[in-house]
Amino acid sequence: MKFVSKLYTTLIYLFLYAPIFVLILFSFNNSSTMSRSVFSGFSLRWYRQLFEDRLILVALRNTLLIAVLAAVVSTVLGTIGAIGINSLKGKWARRTAMNITNLPMVNPEIVTGVSMMLLFVIAMRMLNTDLGMGSLMIAHITFCLPYVIMSVRPKLLQMDAHLYEAAQDLGCTPVQAFFKVVLPQILPGIITGAIMAFTLSIDDFVISYFTSGTTQTLPIYIYSMTRKRISPEINALSTVLFAVILALLFIVNVRQSGSSAKTARLQDAAEEGEV
Amino acid sequence: MKKGIALLLAAVTAGTALLPASASSGSSAKSKDTGVTINVYNWGEYISNGTDGTLDVNAEFTKRTGIRVNYTTYDTNESLYSKLAGGGAEYDVIFPSDYMVSKLSEEGMLEKLDFQNIPNFQYIDRKFRNPKYDPQNAYSVPYTWGVVGIFYNKKYVKKEETESWDVLWNKKYAGKILMFDNPRDAFGIAQKRLGYSYNTTDVNEWEAAATLLKEQKPLVQAYVMDQIFDKMDSGEAWLAPYYAGDAATLVGENPNIGFTIPTKEGTNFFVDAACIPKGSKHKSAAEAYINFLCDPQISAANLSYIGYSTPESAAKKLLPKEVTDNPIYYPPQSILDKSEVFVNLPDKTNTLIDSLWAEVKMGGTGDTLTLVLVLCGFLALYLAIVVFKWRKRKKEME
Repeated sequence: MKFVSKLYTTLIYLFLYAPIFVLILFSFNNSSTMSRSVFSGFSLRWYRQLFEDRLILVALRNTLLIAVLAAVVSTVLGTIGAIGINSLKGKWARRTAMNITNLPMVNPEIVTGVSMMLLFVIAMRMLNTDLGMGSLMIAHITFCLPYVIMSVRPKLLQMDAHLYEAAQDLGCTPVQAFFKVVLPQILPGIITGAIMAFTLSIDDFVISYFTSGTTQTLPIYIYSMTRKRISPEINALSTVLFAVILALLFIVNVRQSGSSAKTARLQDAAEEGEV
Repeated sequence: MKKGIALLLAAVTAGTALLPASASSGSSAKSKDTGVTINVYNWGEYISNGTDGTLDVNAEFTKRTGIRVNYTTYDTNESLYSKLAGGGAEYDVIFPSDYMVSKLSEEGMLEKLDFQNIPNFQYIDRKFRNPKYDPQNAYSVPYTWGVVGIFYNKKYVKKEETESWDVLWNKKYAGKILMFDNPRDAFGIAQKRLGYSYNTTDVNEWEAAATLLKEQKPLVQAYVMDQIFDKMDSGEAWLAPYYAGDAATLVGENPNIGFTIPTKEGTNFFVDAACIPKGSKHKSAAEAYINFLCDPQISAANLSYIGYSTPESAAKKLLPKEVTDNPIYYPPQSILDKSEVFVNLPDKTNTLIDSLWAEVKMGGTGDTLTLVLVLCGFLALYLAIVVFKWRKRKKEME
């Protein structure tokens, strides 16, 4: 039985990580063309080409810029929203508010994308500007918001509702009470929400496609290559992104285990939040 | 090989403004459009971009004219069309294929070009002027061209067999055949085999082609586009139709793979052309860009990167003999005479194609009934669950 469960676990991890491993392997392929099935020696040529390819770099810059800004803005707005929903009086009001915020998550992306495009086209005509970074940013913030609210809300529910009042009784101003008592309690949820928003924004193709105007993000660029073969430069780029995220995770972990007990506790809480 | 040539050409072009035409066009644009940014929307991987020592065409253009380029890419003519029709983006230069040029111009979505601003049009060969898809040559300037041919695995398929489209219906190769995953190209193959025109509006002829495709379906391994390369390279498939311009890389890399253009029935001859969509705010700058692409030096450097064929004899002369003598890139006139270009079809025919294609891929009209039944089944299941839960809750309440 134990053997079977071990085999099962191995297979699961193999399925999860084999594609990434193949991608990393082929980013070092020395094939002068774009072979994805024959490995003909180690080379860094695709990495060199990646950093020479202005189009990919512009698309990458757009993607990262939008992801960071969308994550920051939607986390702030989402946290405020979650606290607001939580403090609504009456079960019905809260439930209705939650259902309204959850709706965009189940709405098909293509519907969201097309409807946003229609709205933006009208709005931009009136303002006499074009779709572009601005509309992309608004769209990304909009579809990230529900996910942030969804990950902050449980932390608010777990928190003792009277802590905030207790802090004020002990002499905190409302602002101090929020930053010193409420925020640390819900921080794991906020971090989870921010990470989720960031990755969702990097991922998104459908909504970006409709709202991007003449700017281009990485998913759109990669998709546009499908008439020909997708260049191994993309393998190289994906490998770099993977390595950067791995390094970030590593640094965060080291910092947390190295510093005070308080952060360790926070980390535990964060992990709990992510599960 | 390709990259090396491009490098050489890049060095030549970057060094001096060799041709008087390119020099004059550069300076005329400089006077009023300097500092303007044009939005260029092209196919993915369809311009020389400066990697590996090739010429960075957009950067070179900015250097010469002072006009900046915001360059973005798309994957199909249809997504280009939907983007333009959606009104969400304003482009100055686009590169639709033949039939899309006629569709866009018929629908009034293209600007008439001012050829005073495109003096380099003189280099475009006679046979590419006034094409069927743009008879007055008012809206488009050809950018690249090519033909459709067949990839085959030399180990299993003989070259002679691939000289006719019949080979894609050969039962011997069942399960080893790939087909285009887009209706116009797939139907085109069936139509050529039947001896019909690609641009027929005869309902019976389209239905006959659909019947032929349905016959072929059990032999087809998959309907794909760029995966053709992987499946051919790994030997998973033995036969696949594809565009000649992209064929040479795979043929050069894998000695088992050959590419022929079916000479028996003829084939599809396609052109991707540069156009200016209606409402472009920087029309003269856009024309300067198109003019720049027509400069034989630039065209040669650009096309040696892309791999498709150039519509200019002057540019062809600058390319090495091994490319221009290669029948994949430049098939003999006898083949070209037999081949035909796509033009836009009336809406009625397009609707017919869509429904016939859906029938081919999904297998028959009977599917609508199945779909309804499946949906009803799901609905019934859903209702059952709701009722069950509701009753359970009611019981608990009691």
